[in-house]
Amino acid sequence: MMQHPEFHHALTFNRETCVGCSHCMKVCPTEAIRVMEGKASLMPNRCVDCGECYRVCPVDAIGVEQDDFAMIYQFRHRVALVPGVLLGQLSDEIITRQIYSVLMEMGFTHICEVETGAEVLRKAMQSYINEHQENKPLISAFCPAVVRLIQVKFPSLVHNIITMKPPLDIAGLYIRDRLINEGAKPEEIGLFYFTPCAAKIAAVKSPVGEQKSVVDGVINMDFAYNKLLTTAKQSKSAMCPVPEDPQLSPEAILWSLTTGESNVMEGRSLAIDGINNVMAFLEELEDEEVSNIDFLELRACDESCAGGILTSTNRFLTAESMRRRAQQAEQSTDHNIEKLPEEHILAKYHSLKDQLTVDKVSPRSMLKLDENIQGALEKMQRVNELMEILPYVDCGICGSPTCQSLAEDIVREEAELERCIFIQRILEQKGTFTAEESAEVMKKIWGENKLNKEIK
Amino acid sequence: MQLQYDIEGGNFTKAGFASSEIKKVLKQLNVDAATIKRIVVSSYEAEVNIVAHAYKGAVTVVIDHEKIVMQYQDEGPGIPDIEQAMVAGYSTASPEVREMGFGAGMGLPNIHKNADDLLIESEVNKGTLVTITIYLKQEGGQ
Ligand SMILES: Nc1ncnc2c1ncn2[C@@H]1O[C@H](COP(=O)(O)OP(=O)(O)OP(=O)(O)O)[C@@H](O)[C@H]1O
Ligand code: SF4
Ligand code: SF4
Ligand SMILES: [Mg+2]
Repeated sequence: MMQHPEFHHALTFNRETCVGCSHCMKVCPTEAIRVMEGKASLMPNRCVDCGECYRVCPVDAIGVEQDDFAMIYQFRHRVALVPGVLLGQLSDEIITRQIYSVLMEMGFTHICEVETGAEVLRKAMQSYINEHQENKPLISAFCPAVVRLIQVKFPSLVHNIITMKPPLDIAGLYIRDRLINEGAKPEEIGLFYFTPCAAKIAAVKSPVGEQKSVVDGVINMDFAYNKLLTTAKQSKSAMCPVPEDPQLSPEAILWSLTTGESNVMEGRSLAIDGINNVMAFLEELEDEEVSNIDFLELRACDESCAGGILTSTNRFLTAESMRRRAQQAEQSTDHNIEKLPEEHILAKYHSLKDQLTVDKVSPRSMLKLDENIQGALEKMQRVNELMEILPYVDCGICGSPTCQSLAEDIVREEAELERCIFIQRILEQKGTFTAEESAEVMKKIWGENKLNKEIK
Repeated sequence: MQLQYDIEGGNFTKAGFASSEIKKVLKQLNVDAATIKRIVVSSYEAEVNIVAHAYKGAVTVVIDHEKIVMQYQDEGPGIPDIEQAMVAGYSTASPEVREMGFGAGMGLPNIHKNADDLLIESEVNKGTLVTITIYLKQEGGQ
């Protein structure tokens, strides 16, 4: 199967807006950002779309690309695939029924909750786990940022990933099938997903090989949230036909929150959220210090998708409101829960395995210094020599996030030693470098603007 | 290339540190994942043995393009009967060590299984030298 030469990234860095503050560079968990000419620049092969950089940018120079909303009108049957997190953000303001009716007003003809397929997926995952005991602990592929993190930083763990896509794809398959059964033409059906994060967009937009994702377009959740909130408040009476009240099981409602998967899987399971927590845990897993765990739920965001970068409300409140909804569903005497035709969907799931497996999970180590061991050894020798003279301060003034990463950049011939301000001072004392030359180097990294200020 | 790490007897909170550092180096050298796994298992067991059974020690690691050689040298009680120590399930671990979840008597057999070469030299009441050799394979290579 063809492999994409580079990951698709939904995050965009706007050079015009960027003020070169380097905040993003300092928080990136994979050291994928450098500062050059006063602007942040991305090393695409290292980025895992976690969005940590987006969270800290003080001037909104980092954006998340989305499809044009008008695109929905290219289709006759327009389905909104709504994740529970969106409802969780709105539920204090508007009741679910009202959200549905506003979505219809916005132009959608059908609404399907993303987590509709959670139970079916759980069954498929459980049988996958039982069949792959030798790769324990098996890791959920729910969070695309985690899948990519494993590819670039923990390549030895790629075989632990359960190669099954998240509920979104099952929900998509299910609704598409249902509409076709009701007489719709396949090409007239458009599925639109409200995403809580950049990672999900990247996963939708870079399908494996030639295959197309089940989703036709992606709309950012903050955009949808805003629109829903304002429209719902303006239109007191919904004019359009209101669809049946949605009924998901508590399990499905909780799926995208932390412990949503781990609580319902058999055996010993663990849920970890927050990308730095996930990295620390994977490090220990690789060190063989963790054993006897059957299943791992790993999510890049704190509070999982309730903390996605495109959410608009406090993540703890969103999670609370989703838990409340699950409790209500638990107590509900109304047994009108929409049951998926399970056997059918499950069979379809297996027959479409290729389409439903996550982006070819092959290792793409960003850590290797060279393809060849001898070459890597020589480079590591040079990195170690450089580390002897670098200051261990990790100030980032050289435009690389740490002294170690500067040393590696130098060895890869992507930076020069003179970028380090400590080295500049040392050379100036020796008389082999002038203050003017230092200033030139600094301008190359940070741009003219930061170095031509008037000081009175 | 040569690396060296001290290993403290009795300190289980730090057990595995050297092994983790060795792993990080191997990842940068693009050694294939399965080989790294064998090295990590062996180095971890040898390191824990010093922590669990000896007073203090150190590991010296030499890496070249074809192999890694790890030498675990300790000051400790030594092993009176090496052949017996190699038997799966044989252990003299103290109750405290067992409490920590070690002492199944599987460490040395596990190293033997994962290493290409294992050499144990020991002098009672002086110490032990465990030398582990594993040949390297490049990720995606031959
Ligand atoms: N460095 C050492 N110094 C002294 N004795 C040792 C040393 N390493 C191993 N031994 C002896 O060899 C025995 C077997 O070691 P092995 O690693 O196989 O099992 P263990 O350490 O007892 O238990 P496990 O490794 O399963 O936690 C030990 O119980 C101990 O008596
Ligand atoms: S999305 Fe994450 S990995 Fe990518 S550049 Fe931003 S912080 Fe780094
Ligand atoms: S935890 Fe959820 S919102 Fe966050 S990156 Fe992963 S999938 Fe996206
Ligand atoms: Mg042992």
